[in-house]
Amino acid sequence: MATVAIAAERENYLNQEYGIRSWLLTTDHKRIALLYLASITFFFFVGGFFALLIRLELLTPAGHLVQADTYNKLFSMHGQVMIFFFLIPSIPAVLGNFLVPLMIGAKDLAFPRINLLSWYLYIIAGTIYVHCIVTGGVDTGWTFYTPFSTAFSNTRVIEAGISIFIAGFSSILTGLNFVVTVHRMRAPGMTWSRLPLFIWAMYATSIIQLLGTPVLAITLLLVVFERAFNLGIFDPTRGGDPLLFQHLFWFYSHPAVYIMILPAMAVESEVVACFTRKRIFGYNFVAMSSIAIAVFGFLVWAHHMFVAGISLYSALIFSILSYLVAVPSAIKVFNWTATMYKGSISFTTPMLYAFGFIGLFTMGGLTGLFLACLGIDVHVHDTYFVIAHFHYIMVGGAVMGYLGGLHFWWPKISGRMYPEGWGRLAALLVFAGFNLTFFPQFILGYMGMPRRYWQYPPEFQVLNVLSTAGSTILAVGYVLPMVYFLWSMRYGKIANDNPWGAAGLEWKTSSPPPTFNFKEAPEVTWEAYNYDEIPAPAEVPVER
Amino acid sequence: MSEHVMSSKLYYTIWITLMCLTVITAAVSFVDLGPFNTIVALVIATIKALLVVLFFMHVKYTSEKLTKIVIVSAIFWLFLLLALSMADYATRFLS
Amino acid sequence: MSDSPITVEEHGPELRHHFVDAEQQRDAASLGMWLFLATEIMFFGGMFCAYLIYRYWYYNEFAAGSRSIDIYLGTINTAVLICSSLTVALGVRAAQMGKRKLLVTLLLITIVFGLAFLGIKGVEWYQKFEEHHVPGNSFNASDLERPPYSHGEIDQRHEQIYFSLYFAMTGLHALHMIIGIGIFVFLTYYAWKGRYSPKYYTPVEIGGLYWHFVDIVWIYLFPLLYLIDRKPLR
Repeated sequence: MATVAIAAERENYLNQEYGIRSWLLTTDHKRIALLYLASITFFFFVGGFFALLIRLELLTPAGHLVQADTYNKLFSMHGQVMIFFFLIPSIPAVLGNFLVPLMIGAKDLAFPRINLLSWYLYIIAGTIYVHCIVTGGVDTGWTFYTPFSTAFSNTRVIEAGISIFIAGFSSILTGLNFVVTVHRMRAPGMTWSRLPLFIWAMYATSIIQLLGTPVLAITLLLVVFERAFNLGIFDPTRGGDPLLFQHLFWFYSHPAVYIMILPAMAVESEVVACFTRKRIFGYNFVAMSSIAIAVFGFLVWAHHMFVAGISLYSALIFSILSYLVAVPSAIKVFNWTATMYKGSISFTTPMLYAFGFIGLFTMGGLTGLFLACLGIDVHVHDTYFVIAHFHYIMVGGAVMGYLGGLHFWWPKISGRMYPEGWGRLAALLVFAGFNLTFFPQFILGYMGMPRRYWQYPPEFQVLNVLSTAGSTILAVGYVLPMVYFLWSMRYGKIANDNPWGAAGLEWKTSSPPPTFNFKEAPEVTWEAYNYDEIPAPAEVPVER
Repeated sequence: MSEHVMSSKLYYTIWITLMCLTVITAAVSFVDLGPFNTIVALVIATIKALLVVLFFMHVKYTSEKLTKIVIVSAIFWLFLLLALSMADYATRFLS
Repeated sequence: MSDSPITVEEHGPELRHHFVDAEQQRDAASLGMWLFLATEIMFFGGMFCAYLIYRYWYYNEFAAGSRSIDIYLGTINTAVLICSSLTVALGVRAAQMGKRKLLVTLLLITIVFGLAFLGIKGVEWYQKFEEHHVPGNSFNASDLERPPYSHGEIDQRHEQIYFSLYFAMTGLHALHMIIGIGIFVFLTYYAWKGRYSPKYYTPVEIGGLYWHFVDIVWIYLFPLLYLIDRKPLR
């Protein structure tokens, strides 16, 4: 109990104030980050529950578990919950909220009350969505394609649309907060070129959130109006163009995938640097490539519409642009790899996730190039190839980045170490489970199994069974961290200020930090990733 | 955001200009200029918008470059949406 | 000891503790509002995109629809908003110079202009309602004049798309107007209470930026909706 007493001595943001009001009315970015952590974890399990049902249904070729209509709802809501209520907020709202002010030496974000508003908007949106789920759900696919969503679907489209509309504003306000914070609140000496690459990537993410999400908002609004007032803007029998909906929808939803992956790349830079004890190779290139991804990401959206009926000429343009957008991502991968060369590598849990990220993101990214090729896309569009591609990036990339980041900064957030042995086991289970789940889906898609189908030809069964088996292993890998993180908050080893010996301002304050982040305002006189000056930790924790 | 206090005379001048441009744009729409009607209307609208942005919103007098970058970026992004969408619609029924 | 603010300095009650000084707070607020306006450009922009596509496809119907809305009321409304932008700009200036009464007066006049705009817009919408030009089940635009140079009759379905966009765009704009008036009600109240001074008038300035933006949206909506084709029908 002495260890508990030591932790309780130092006043920090967790113990400074107690009581539910101090949490629900907080404006402390660190507490808001934890509020988000709890909320998005809830939605992760909701979305995961839908995934479980999907995989169970797909164990057998004929539909046995649920009706076809129900299956449509399952994959639609799995997608919407995972994207809008888990992935989009995940790293920005949890790790970004917690770390951005710390990393730049500020006391809080620029607009703390707007930060809290962001969370409340997210909660309101989430509540509406949960209500939507329990009152019938939505079956349009996560993409709300018209005219099915506007004229034919009998499900709760309007409610889902309004819910995601509100969630979009939560996202916009978070992005706005980050951009202003990074511009206006850097500590003295924290120049742009001394910023951690995490900040560069979060900044780029915020630009996308600011410029892209409003278009989704207006598009969903138009769908809601069309459905509610029987308008016809997207109805081909009344002169409307369904492709207009798709253009407007994908104008946001493609950059949205960069909202989901850039923060994971942000984490990757920090973790790789720390566990190779080296400055990231090609800092300027990695920083600029974050901005390039944000910009280029807006130029490629119609690659989701190659077979929908757009003109061949515009398809050619978007195909070329889609190839180009892969370049900055590739630059990052090369630079992380180059960082590892002759580095002093430790295989801690965050580093295991980082290794997984590089491999799986690369596979996901390369298969994206397959899809960018018009000729190939004609065959694999709307098949499991696409599903495998984006899950490699979203799960193999983004979720592993999120988990790696949670582990890396857990000592800072909670003041405790998680159990390292269990952490590594969970990381390996996630990696193995993930590959078993999704690699067969590349083959399935290539062989022609369509997505969003409740039944399939019997020759596809073996691969589907493998995929479902993998998903159960993946599920275990996800549940483990939940359990041991909670465990560690009471029983974990007390962490000191910098258990990893990492570079970055957040490691120069206590674990957990005080409410106003730093005892004295920092003044930065050193470059980023000054690992030549920072001693390695005496022992990297191997606690069982 | 500047501390520079604007002269009210300048504000009134801009206001009169905006009112005149409004009347002009409405009147010109009754004149047959062929395809130029649209262009003239949009040019006048843009001039009016610029006057509001530069003078009423103080952008002309701000020393903050970032403000101008934000405005230009937003307009450019909208232009991206419009242009790349039109790339599809304008070429859809060719050949 | 560890939870005390980093620097203790003399400052007014408006300076929030996470900012180093008043200038940082002001610069942050300004940048924040400009970024928000950028998101609003994209928000309206989505509808401008829909408008662009359908005007390109259904020019005749758009022209016919444009003729049927009242250009005089539209012009007056444009003028009303421009006047309101003037009063807003003069109001910010009054705040900068510490003239409380003048500031309150100008803010009130701005609100009146805003309400006038909404009133006139309400009249226009009512006209459309009476003419059965409101999209939905009772939509009927067979009374619209077809320009002589156009080919074929006005397609009712395409005409409904024009009016759908008309109501969506002016409706969204009006909603922003209402929000703006709400903001200005708050500003007027606090101005009257003496909260603003040459040292601190940031809310007035950024509220003004929002108002000017709403004005600019209308400056574009006016020609796009009202002035598509006003050439006299021979």
